[in-house]
Amino acid sequence: MATKSKGGQRYKKMSMSPKEYQSFAKTMEPQRSVFANCIKAFLFGGVVCVIGQVITELYVHLMGMTREDAGDPTVATLILISVILTSLGVYDKIAQWAGAGSAVPVTGFANSMCSAALEHRSEGLVLGVGGNMFKLAGSVIVFGTVAAFFVGIIHLILGTGGQ
Amino acid sequence: MLRGKQSWWFENRPVIVGAATVVGPDEGEGPLAADFDLVHPELDMQQKSWEKAERLLLEQASEFAIQNARIERDQLQFYIGGDLMNQIISNSFAARSLGVPYLGVFGACSTSMETLALASQLVDSGAADHVLAGTCSHNCTAEKQFRYPTEYGSQKPPTAQYTVTGAGAAVIAASGDGPVVECATIGKIVDLGIKDPFNMGAAMAPAAVDTIQAHFNDTGRKPGDYDLIVTGDLAGVGHPIANELLLQNGVPMKDTVFGDCGLMVFDVNKQKVQAGGSGCGCSAVVTYGHLLKRIKQGELGRILVVATGALLSPLSFQQGESIPCIAHAVAISAGKEK
Repeated sequence: MATKSKGGQRYKKMSMSPKEYQSFAKTMEPQRSVFANCIKAFLFGGVVCVIGQVITELYVHLMGMTREDAGDPTVATLILISVILTSLGVYDKIAQWAGAGSAVPVTGFANSMCSAALEHRSEGLVLGVGGNMFKLAGSVIVFGTVAAFFVGIIHLILGTGGQ
Repeated sequence: MLRGKQSWWFENRPVIVGAATVVGPDEGEGPLAADFDLVHPELDMQQKSWEKAERLLLEQASEFAIQNARIERDQLQFYIGGDLMNQIISNSFAARSLGVPYLGVFGACSTSMETLALASQLVDSGAADHVLAGTCSHNCTAEKQFRYPTEYGSQKPPTAQYTVTGAGAAVIAASGDGPVVECATIGKIVDLGIKDPFNMGAAMAPAAVDTIQAHFNDTGRKPGDYDLIVTGDLAGVGHPIANELLLQNGVPMKDTVFGDCGLMVFDVNKQKVQAGGSGCGCSAVVTYGHLLKRIKQGELGRILVVATGALLSPLSFQQGESIPCIAHAVAISAGKEK
């Protein structure tokens, strides 16, 4: 049994169209400071590169490698540092500050794989870790390969590749 | 009893005889820390998975709510609960250990008031004497299911919200001591086309406005009849939008205090939670932990809790769908006067 509401003012319905509302909501959003984010990304990305350079120098001067040989161990060392920081729960906090500065270097790639592996460990080694490790990194590999393919074709056409 | 178009008036005045809240470490560092029954110092709560941790929160909150209500578990006729996980596993698994006849519902972050309204309706209509209503969320399960792995380094925009790790449960009874559930307004889906899952506040604000206005239209009440009106988890972006929309529609919100649970549960300026709190646990722990205590202490006479929910799935937003939103409102009073 429905009873009628007792008196009271009846309020009108929202008159905004979805389009009007979306542009109104846009004006209420706090602005992201693109400039400050660029500076932070530049600084942190730069720091990663400086650390990489220091590691290369160490391999060259302490272990007698050539600069070319030191490349792969340097990347492996950066990946190791990133994985340790991810496992300690630090990397995501750095990323909130550094943005692209922590996402673009190889450390960001390592973080995407390590975080997915950690997260899905509870679902088992094969379907959990194995099946989800490339959840985020997979698209980087797919589009990286596709991009390399097209760059290769351009090189072929221009006759600049293959030496 | 139906009143107006979409509201229930509880003639027999069901009572919240006991409620309890259990939260995680971030909520324990927030301004309402003293109001929670238990604060876990670690996010994993010594469980093997985030999902188990979320379930533990709800099991503990239910147990404490039953204790606080001073009843035995077998006096409960029904348990109504829901959460954010796929197939509401936190609630179904918690209901397994609870062993009480169970109704699972899904209302995303509006679940707290959806379950409270349903439980009150069952008690008011005489279908039950004691009903438990509960809900929970965990920051890491929500991150894992809706966003990225918890340790993945992605920069969140300032409009993003931080899912509350916490569970709240309440025992609603036909008689007894405690705050009274007076009436409830069931919301309808409102979708104004916001697609950004990192801006749920803006997506949900129109739903909250729709339900608040429907509540006043149905019940004949005014904002001034409430000492406090809180939305569930609109946070720093959505709450000012809702306030602005209500102002434009001529609802005199200045006659009351208009707050938001997502802005109350954390210290938004000090804690790194972007726009504020969200999740099923957000309105549940603020209402059952903080607000009920303030009612009992006589600081608040009558409140309206408008829990807001974004009914999206990880699949729907990846397919480019907009976010359907809902809000349910429940009026709770000190219960001394009719």
